Amino acid sequence: MAKNTNPQETQAGLTKKVTSPIQRRSFLKYAGVGAALSTLFIMGCDNDDDMNNMPGDGVNLGSGDVGILNYAYALEQLEAAFYTQVVAATAFNTTFSNAMERMILTDIRDHEVAHREFFKAAITSAAPNDIIPGLTPDFSAVNFNDRNAVLATAKTFEDLGVAAYNGAGKLLTSATFLTLAGKIVSVEARHAAEIRDIISNGTFASGPEINNMGMDRALMPRDVLAAAQPFIKEKINFSNLPTT
Amino acid sequence: MNIFNLLTEIEKADPEVYGRLDSRRAVFKHFGGFGKKLAVAAVPLAFGSMLNKAYGQTATRSVMEVLQFALLLENLEAEFYKQAAATSLFPAAPAKMAFETIRDHEVAHVAFLRSAITGASGTPTNYTANSFDFSAKGNLPNTFTDYGTMLAVAQAFEDTGVRAYKGQAQFLISNNAVLEAALQIHSIEARHAAHIRRMRRDLASSPANQKPWITLKDRGGLPALVQPIYDGEEITTQAGVNIATGSVSANAASEAFDEPLDTAQVTAIVTPFLR
Repeated sequence: MAKNTNPQETQAGLTKKVTSPIQRRSFLKYAGVGAALSTLFIMGCDNDDDMNNMPGDGVNLGSGDVGILNYAYALEQLEAAFYTQVVAATAFNTTFSNAMERMILTDIRDHEVAHREFFKAAITSAAPNDIIPGLTPDFSAVNFNDRNAVLATAKTFEDLGVAAYNGAGKLLTSATFLTLAGKIVSVEARHAAEIRDIISNGTFASGPEINNMGMDRALMPRDVLAAAQPFIKEKINFSNLPTT
Repeated sequence: MNIFNLLTEIEKADPEVYGRLDSRRAVFKHFGGFGKKLAVAAVPLAFGSMLNKAYGQTATRSVMEVLQFALLLENLEAEFYKQAAATSLFPAAPAKMAFETIRDHEVAHVAFLRSAITGASGTPTNYTANSFDFSAKGNLPNTFTDYGTMLAVAQAFEDTGVRAYKGQAQFLISNNAVLEAALQIHSIEARHAAHIRRMRRDLASSPANQKPWITLKDRGGLPALVQPIYDGEEITTQAGVNIATGSVSANAASEAFDEPLDTAQVTAIVTPFLR
């Protein structure tokens, strides 16, 4: 259905795009064809099971639990693409001269890729018509050869990810999905703490992100996506997500 | 797969299955999240979650019980860090400050849980330092006299706390406010766990490659008695999806997902620390 006609969907994911510029260029040749086809497919679709990827509508996360899973999938795509680019940078070994720090960043890359691929497989299995496509990251504001810039961006993403999962828990109706989100959010929190400690040891759980009750933030999708949108080329449409 | 044939089969073994599922209506509601057309592939996932609801602890675990259980765990941690932060074992000021930060969080969590219990017309259980035995019945005689042991106990408590909250979250799904607060505490416990693990990494006697996350079921050089805290963390399949595939190793696949512990497992872990 529509998902097959979106040019993004034919890519293996953000990782490949970031590391394979030549392949990306060759695939762009087909984008025009894809755009034309998608118009045809959308015209022939049922009215409510292909909400994603409407022209001008951005990438629609959809509704219900699947919408929340798509929301998580979008954030994990962003994180995975970021760390993939961090580790793939030609100057990685000099930007991060400490071997332990390189191991930490490489581990985090692998975890975020694992999260991304998990959501891709789980959503494809549960709701194959509703999965969002692969997104295109925009890290033009990040200098990947600048240690401080990389760490600051990593901190933003990890703290944001923690707040996103904490805020999304109550939006889920399935206890199974809630537990799965819980399995991931604590790993994001471990990442957040370690990145913060690399920046400044002892800052693992301090600052405005932690309230005076010793609690992490919980943010709604609109607030999370307001912060994440500048790093994603496609417009993310969250208007159908549950709000309570 | 015919879901209702399966239920009929289960009914033969357990005539009360529909009672456990609340009602036939609840069965349908369980599939409601996927929209009008339920994908065939989604049935096993939804069915599994439905059975968990029927045969897990869902029916017997109230929000109040979860709050009281969390209160016990937070008191255990708070009393531990109060005593630990007051020792003179720390090699440098930042280490002591980290313990003070964590202590303050755990004390705040206790205060929050007490107010939440009171607010829900319950009576919070009172705990003091004397409620707990940080030698674990004599198995850890050096908890507050040896820095390495003190960090090891801290890591054991934090990793347990993360898994405990994760296991209880499902019981709070009907109460958005309490669920969200529990999740906000849960991720703080994970931050603590990561930092304690980093502090252990900085020790001269640190196990090799001590990481902020849990690799397989590695207890990171801790005594064998804490192994139940790590058992089950080694899984590399989530909701039927094999995570250890492509560029993701089994180690990374296990690290990428923390696993829940159920009430009985957590109780077994903390019982040696209770007087």
